[in-house]
Amino acid sequence: MKLRTLSAALAVAGLGFGLSAHAAGVSDDVIRIGFITDMSGVYADVDGNGGADAIRMAIADMGGEINGKKIELLTADHQNKADIASARARDWFDTQNLDMLVGGTNSATALAMAGVAAEKKKPFMAIGPGSSLLTNDKCTPYTVHYAYNTTALANGTGSAVIREGGKSWFFLTADYAFGHSLEQDTAKVVKKDGGKVLGEVRAPLSTTDFSSFLLQAQSSGAQVLGLANAGGDFINSVKAAKEFGITKTMKLAGLLVFINDIHALGLDNTAGLYLTTPWYWNQSEDSRAWSKRFFEKLNRAPSFVQAADYSAALNYLQAVKATGTDDGDTIMQYLKSHKVNDMFAKDATIRKDGLLMHHMYLAQVKRPDQSKAPWDYYNIVRELPAESVYGPESASTCPLLKG
Amino acid sequence: MLPSSVPVTRLCRSPMTELFGVPIQALLGQLLLGLVNGSFYAVLSLGLAIIFGLLNIINFTHGALYMLGAFVAWLGLQYLGLNYWVMLIVSPLVVGAFGILLERTLLRHLYKLDPLYGLLLTFGLALIIEGLFRSIYGVSGQPYSTPALLQGGVNLGFMYLPIYRAWVVVASVLACLLTWFLIEKTHLGALLRAGTENAKLVEAFGVNVPLMISLTFGVGVGLAAFAGVLAAPILQVSPLMGSNLIIVVFAVVVIGGMGSILGSIVTGLGLGIVEGFTKVFWPEASSTVVFIIMVIVLLLRPAGLFGKES
Repeated sequence: MKLRTLSAALAVAGLGFGLSAHAAGVSDDVIRIGFITDMSGVYADVDGNGGADAIRMAIADMGGEINGKKIELLTADHQNKADIASARARDWFDTQNLDMLVGGTNSATALAMAGVAAEKKKPFMAIGPGSSLLTNDKCTPYTVHYAYNTTALANGTGSAVIREGGKSWFFLTADYAFGHSLEQDTAKVVKKDGGKVLGEVRAPLSTTDFSSFLLQAQSSGAQVLGLANAGGDFINSVKAAKEFGITKTMKLAGLLVFINDIHALGLDNTAGLYLTTPWYWNQSEDSRAWSKRFFEKLNRAPSFVQAADYSAALNYLQAVKATGTDDGDTIMQYLKSHKVNDMFAKDATIRKDGLLMHHMYLAQVKRPDQSKAPWDYYNIVRELPAESVYGPESASTCPLLKG
Repeated sequence: MLPSSVPVTRLCRSPMTELFGVPIQALLGQLLLGLVNGSFYAVLSLGLAIIFGLLNIINFTHGALYMLGAFVAWLGLQYLGLNYWVMLIVSPLVVGAFGILLERTLLRHLYKLDPLYGLLLTFGLALIIEGLFRSIYGVSGQPYSTPALLQGGVNLGFMYLPIYRAWVVVASVLACLLTWFLIEKTHLGALLRAGTENAKLVEAFGVNVPLMISLTFGVGVGLAAFAGVLAAPILQVSPLMGSNLIIVVFAVVVIGGMGSILGSIVTGLGLGIVEGFTKVFWPEASSTVVFIIMVIVLLLRPAGLFGKES
């Protein structure tokens, strides 16, 4: 305890004198990263153990230690339960001297963990969750929302599909917080761009058979079926849409699509689908090189969440190296004043409200005959500048911006 | 393809025949889809009902074995090149044999105890089986394509019906009727029923009752695997597919009356249809409606719709 108080005091003193906080050093001589995500449920393929391995790759790239201080990773399964996530985070901060927390998939768990991290004044990297609340009403000085959010998905895919001529929409929505906010965000974009929403149907989470909802969607006469769902629900609804001939009369728009979903469905079922993604393994030379390493380890291509896990951990560790400390405030100040430049994001900045401003991509799923290699699934249609998908800082409702 | 591309709101004002603001034609489509889902409920709850009614085991592995049925079909195609039709027979046999192994080595020791012990054991087994598949194959699931013979669909005027879904109804109803006939109408079925009533007496006539019990368990499990193979082309072959369904199927068995063979078939089909209509009138409640019905049935007829009051 005394040591920590002393470190904190020294850090403040160090900042006060405009020096780098070298004097503060690394608490308990270990840099400890915690990773709490869905390891066994519906989102386990998208993040899960693969995400943990991605973070391990970042640690390995730093040489396993910084200035002689060992880097450690703790992982836990939150089972998609917010109470488990926050209890585990609190336990780690209190008893394991955790220095930084990476939050995996599921918005409810992320919102719970963000509160704990802020209380402990430690950086919280939210990678997997979609809710834009994390950097709006619920923002904290310690949260960084890293990979994507519902606003960006809505702006990316919504505008693109309207531009391609899909003016009238019908939503098939997963009936919980994430689905609702994705549907509402997209509906706003559709209306703003001159389209109209003919209706929506809210299907319970983990519905097995979507055919009934799809027939309702079809009888609405809408041109576009907006799929405001994710994971297994997305996969089963796309399969049924193909089976019932819905795709002959309607165009599908997947609002949150992971490459694992495309892999599971196959290109036959998904060719032509538009989607917004912050990252694709085959987008550039360095992303390909990194993905090759990931593939050798796990025998599958990384999802964008796993790539972001790596990037967030790497940038955190570089910040520790540059400042010489794992003090939360010093690290946050460093992160918000330095650009992120790696295989995940180029020239990206972390805004005051904690949002990582990086450009995204509008992608279209290839036809089977266009796919040349395993996991060669996307054509990148165009790059979407950060501000065009995330919106300007002035639109953020984060209280930190008011000060 | 639907005959009309007019938005629902406009259809409602058209002079077309309708029920509670929904065109009759659209309801016909939902009725048919409900029947398809009901077929799965019927086959699965039939397996459970046999195992419970004749052996008094509350079999929580049923969902996992349904998943196993689908996975065995997928593995057969992937590694041995065995097609859907072969696996439709082979998978229930393989999984049924696995079920018999479980019964002989584990469940057998619990017959003298409270059924709750069996429930706990099978629940644990289900978690282990699902966990194993999850760690090997992940949760996104594997694709399984529809057999060539059953691809495509027919336009019924009020809806486009994929041929495969029609096949599901036919195959399920056949499997259900065959099982019902075997248990209720044959000499073997009569012996089996007698054996579970009074094992000692039937054994005195020279019948190997423990063997019959094992085979019965195998048949119940085989039905779950059969449903799994039927589901493979419709759903992703995923480790989680069983746990999504098993609770609903248990509710079906409770509503139909624990152990009633005919009850579980009729209730399965009926609840599929009720669920289908709920998806039109109140989509959000479609995953709950079965349980609401269960509560009402339990209050009015505690033994279930087709169960005998003891």
